Amino acid sequence: MGYTITEKILLRHTKDKEIHPGKFIDARVDLCLGNDITAPFAIEEFEKTGAKKVFDKKKVVLVPDHFAPAKDMKSANQCKVLAKFAEKYGIKNYFEVGRMGVEHALLPEIGLALPGDLIVGADSHTCTYGALGAFSSGVGSTDLAAAMATGECWLKVPESMKFIYYGKLSKWVGGKDLILHTIGDIGVDGARYRAMEFCGETIENLPMDDRLSMCNMAIEAGGKNGIIAPDKITSRYVRSIKNKAKPGNGRFYSSDKDAVYYEVKEYDVRKIEPLVACPNLPSNVRAAKKLNNISIDQVVIGSCTNGRISDLRIAAKILRGKKAKSNVRLIVIPATQKIYLEAMAEGLAKIFIDAGGVFSTPTCGPCLGGHMGILAEGERAVATTNRNFTGRMGHPASEVYLSNPAVAAASAVKGRIAIPEEVL
Amino acid sequence: MAYKGRVHKFGSDVNTDEIIPARYLHTTDKAELARHCMEDADKDFHKKAKHGDIIVAGKNFGCGSSREHAPIAIKAAGVSCVIAESFARIFFRNSINIGLPIIESKAAAEGIRKNDSVSVDIKAGLVKDITTKKTYKIEKYPPFMEKIIKAGGLMESLKKKR
Repeated sequence: MGYTITEKILLRHTKDKEIHPGKFIDARVDLCLGNDITAPFAIEEFEKTGAKKVFDKKKVVLVPDHFAPAKDMKSANQCKVLAKFAEKYGIKNYFEVGRMGVEHALLPEIGLALPGDLIVGADSHTCTYGALGAFSSGVGSTDLAAAMATGECWLKVPESMKFIYYGKLSKWVGGKDLILHTIGDIGVDGARYRAMEFCGETIENLPMDDRLSMCNMAIEAGGKNGIIAPDKITSRYVRSIKNKAKPGNGRFYSSDKDAVYYEVKEYDVRKIEPLVACPNLPSNVRAAKKLNNISIDQVVIGSCTNGRISDLRIAAKILRGKKAKSNVRLIVIPATQKIYLEAMAEGLAKIFIDAGGVFSTPTCGPCLGGHMGILAEGERAVATTNRNFTGRMGHPASEVYLSNPAVAAASAVKGRIAIPEEVL
Repeated sequence: MAYKGRVHKFGSDVNTDEIIPARYLHTTDKAELARHCMEDADKDFHKKAKHGDIIVAGKNFGCGSSREHAPIAIKAAGVSCVIAESFARIFFRNSINIGLPIIESKAAAEGIRKNDSVSVDIKAGLVKDITTKKTYKIEKYPPFMEKIIKAGGLMESLKKKR
């Protein structure tokens, strides 16, 4: 019997001769990651072990991105814990404010996450790097502590689910809509503990930024990892990275023809329209055009899901020469400094500011109700982020509607949920 | 490993934002995290929870973020164990890693009611609802996980391995 791409990568990273779903393995990690929320606990645990050094200075990544630039004194202290730890142990990949970006946008951009890698991160959206054909999964702080000390992480080999997408995408429909549609179909625990393998002709033609959005939200269906077999698009993406943080272009794996899947799902994407996940679950998905009576107070365009340059280009196409509704706060957050500079060079930043929006330094900020756009009681936001749980962006009685950047931009102009055709 | 306590009942898809909202994630102080445990699902939980109490919930408990603050807050609030129909995977591994006992049982999660008095004996594989006098059999952890649990968490188990 053959192996899936997920199983092949896991097998390559263990001493075991064979693996199968359900088997527990100690996997060797190519990279482990923490941020200003999760790393402080990991560092406390690591120091308790009495370890004199991390397993590999180049394979530990620390990104203060959640509450950074520090929102208050307590957050500043947490960021300081990371900085001091990086200094003490000679961590090469510590990204200070000014060089940091939203972690899951930053790592692929600088070539720290490559095809075939096995990556664990103390952040649930670590599954993003599956877009490059890596096995990557979110873990906890203690896992990160253990990985920093030993270079290993215990994992249960997941069953795989295969999602096949075919047909041409409609206008203003992107990777975000594909994943929202999928989560809407299978539910927030529809892929619990499992690998989500995305494939089919639509995926083969899907740009890398959209693939990253899709794999990013595998966790919202309960998935252990999202993964797309590397191909020409992956190769082009990886080769185009300038000054790569580590050598090589990774290792390309693909699933065997006789690999075994728990379930196979097929979607005709021609039927998929721009979608919105309504409060309070990412699976509560409706067509955006049917929600035109939902008034909003805020729009957030950014995050590890949709804060990449192509997302900003889409939003700018809609906002060019237009204004956000007078009572709507439009907050645009490029996910990295590189994206920030590109947005400036392409005139996108000016379009957002002319539209009455703010154009912020990279941060996870509002996505998790941290800072830079917290909602008051009763307020509503349309956001290109990944979660809409109760109180996610602020007050427990505020609401978040998740969408792609085109719907978010159109909604900012209308002051209610809107589709691009309504403003163009 | 045996526990006894009063039950606090929750529904399905209780997420980590409800268990410990991000507005409290700027600290690693466990007592402070405990004060805000379950705040966005039940804002008085901290006042009501007594040492040894048990959380019983529906499916996919702990979905969302990887924040270990969630099981840490529950443990620090004095909760002795969590019984649910199913758990989200990162919450599950975090609980194993820090030594918060968690039990997956659909029958127990459905049958046990709010405020019931419940005892749990992991070694015997039994959950007893003392109030309703019902008993639920529970599956043992796989040996790989049991090793971590017996050692008192992942870091302790690694120390033993070395």
